[in-house]
Amino acid sequence: MAEKFLEVKNLKKYFKTKRGWLHAVDDIDFVINKGETLGLVGESGCGKSTTGRVVLRLLEATAGEILFNGEDVLKFNKQKMREMRQNAQIVFQDPFASLNPRMSVSQIIAEPLVINKTVSSKHEIQKKVASLMETVGLASRLENVYPHELDGGRRQRIGIARALALNPSFIVLDEPVSALDVSIQAQILNLMDELQDELGLTYLFVSHDLSVIKHVSDNIAVMYLGKIVEMSDYASIFVDPLHPYTKALLSAIPIPDVDIKRERIILEGDVPSPIAPPPGCRFYGRCYARKDICKDNTPELLPVSEGRSVACHIVHEQRKG
Amino acid sequence: MTESNNMLEIKGLTIHYVTDDGVVRAVNDLNIAIGRGESIGLVGETGAGKTTTALGILKLVPNPPGKIIDGEIFLDGEDIIKKSEPEMRKIRGNKVSMIFQDPMTSLNPVMTVRDQIAEVILLHEKMPAAKALEKAEEMLMKVGIMPDRAKDYPHQFSGGMRQRVVIAIALACSPELLIADEPTTALDVTIQAQVLELMKNLKEEFNTSMIMITHDLGIVAEICDKVAVMYAGSVVEYADKLELFKNPKHPYTIGLFNSIPDIGNDVESLKPIKGLMPDPMNLPTGCPFHPRCDKAKPECSEKIPAGYDIGNNHIVKCILFNQ
Repeated sequence: MAEKFLEVKNLKKYFKTKRGWLHAVDDIDFVINKGETLGLVGESGCGKSTTGRVVLRLLEATAGEILFNGEDVLKFNKQKMREMRQNAQIVFQDPFASLNPRMSVSQIIAEPLVINKTVSSKHEIQKKVASLMETVGLASRLENVYPHELDGGRRQRIGIARALALNPSFIVLDEPVSALDVSIQAQILNLMDELQDELGLTYLFVSHDLSVIKHVSDNIAVMYLGKIVEMSDYASIFVDPLHPYTKALLSAIPIPDVDIKRERIILEGDVPSPIAPPPGCRFYGRCYARKDICKDNTPELLPVSEGRSVACHIVHEQRKG
Repeated sequence: MTESNNMLEIKGLTIHYVTDDGVVRAVNDLNIAIGRGESIGLVGETGAGKTTTALGILKLVPNPPGKIIDGEIFLDGEDIIKKSEPEMRKIRGNKVSMIFQDPMTSLNPVMTVRDQIAEVILLHEKMPAAKALEKAEEMLMKVGIMPDRAKDYPHQFSGGMRQRVVIAIALACSPELLIADEPTTALDVTIQAQVLELMKNLKEEFNTSMIMITHDLGIVAEICDKVAVMYAGSVVEYADKLELFKNPKHPYTIGLFNSIPDIGNDVESLKPIKGLMPDPMNLPTGCPFHPRCDKAKPECSEKIPAGYDIGNNHIVKCILFNQ
């Protein structure tokens, strides 16, 4: 039986801007089971990265609950937060910006150990760094080089080694491969997969790339303008997408196969501004299936079948009638 | 003069960047041809030499450090390598135009979008300014931007809209050849779909030949007729799209296909290409791919393979196909 590891309830994150409140994450719920991966997918500005950061309290949530093993992180004091941070790590998108250019590879990987004083002697730190470098496939001769001397793939491996240094059980992966070329991307995805199996890690994998998300996830949540519009196990969403946005998103991906002929749904316009969003379905303005009910009533994310839920009035009506 | 009716024919193009630290061999002995109205996809990873090739066609390789060492580029039968700079200026934006990757940096931030389109038209065609502005608005309509936004500045548009403006500029003088350098990489997928659809339609309307530079084989499958796969400055495989997708031969091309997570089928783990792209300043001897190739033989490190035609105009630069 799957064990709930992380549960997020009614999570909201608003930012104050000159033009009003920006609803980056607006009332979302999800669960990640132990040892599994939740893929959070959506386009720029949908709130997926903000969600990843709020879950780790790198950004303070506006409202909601974030339960790690049943305990609400938002109620933690400083001391407890410190302990929690050892357990929950993050790998950032841009391996060029997330590493200190004035620290060598071994210093970067050792930093979390030094800060948290988990390992005392210098010798032990060295040993731990060496074993971490081996785990992520970095040659030991790279110990004393600086990030600028390395390519993107190796830099991302440093970021992963640093995230693993404190033996976390949970890692937020914020677009970890989107800055990499495909042949290198495949190496990193395989590495993340192996580490999950070996160390029993739980991942929140944030990406805009549906084919990457499909490859790594057990469950997938599709976000649009701060809301989760569809949740599903990794397979069914690709066979039978329910939400009109998910359908359009899937049809928009160019597939490297000349035999597949697809009906492409071209959405009109751009993603609207998340500042003071109108009531009703967030997708209303671009939806090709919209009805009057969608304009003023926000659809709820409701279960439609085993392991699947969707937030769309049209789908809900069809299921009912 | 060339005999064929190709829009563009590149023969033996070699471009180097000469720097203080050494010579970067960015493009080596590149041969491609594009027929009228045809589109070719130039595919490869970072540093494969795709963009340098495109800049070479427009003679825009920054010199120094860049230099076209060798080769011929026939545009409509005329060798443009021999053309002077004033002659090139008449070609750029007129007969050949280019769409750059980043719409944020390729537009002038202090000019309205309508004026930017009119600028190109006035440069290449004799007409009163008022007429050019009118034509600029027509072009905006063609790319799906309403005339009421014509007097807006680039920062007032979203990324997808800006790329539409760039496309309008590129097509304003009805070029015969359009070079698109990763035109949708900076865009979200649903916006990418809009822009690709637009490009496909306009290409047909104007019967433009196109070079589509991309790292995304999915885009190639959608929009191109021919494909040239580039690796470390060389075209390693060159074929019609159907042939290449159904029957990829070069170990690098096969590796590239295996690296992409397949959205249609489940695979347990991906089969990445081992190792890294070589340093272009220090390319391996022989076949540039041999250190990463799992089918490499001892000879691969000795001689640069020729392009072998394996039938159906399918050319593979790999000694495995030397019959």
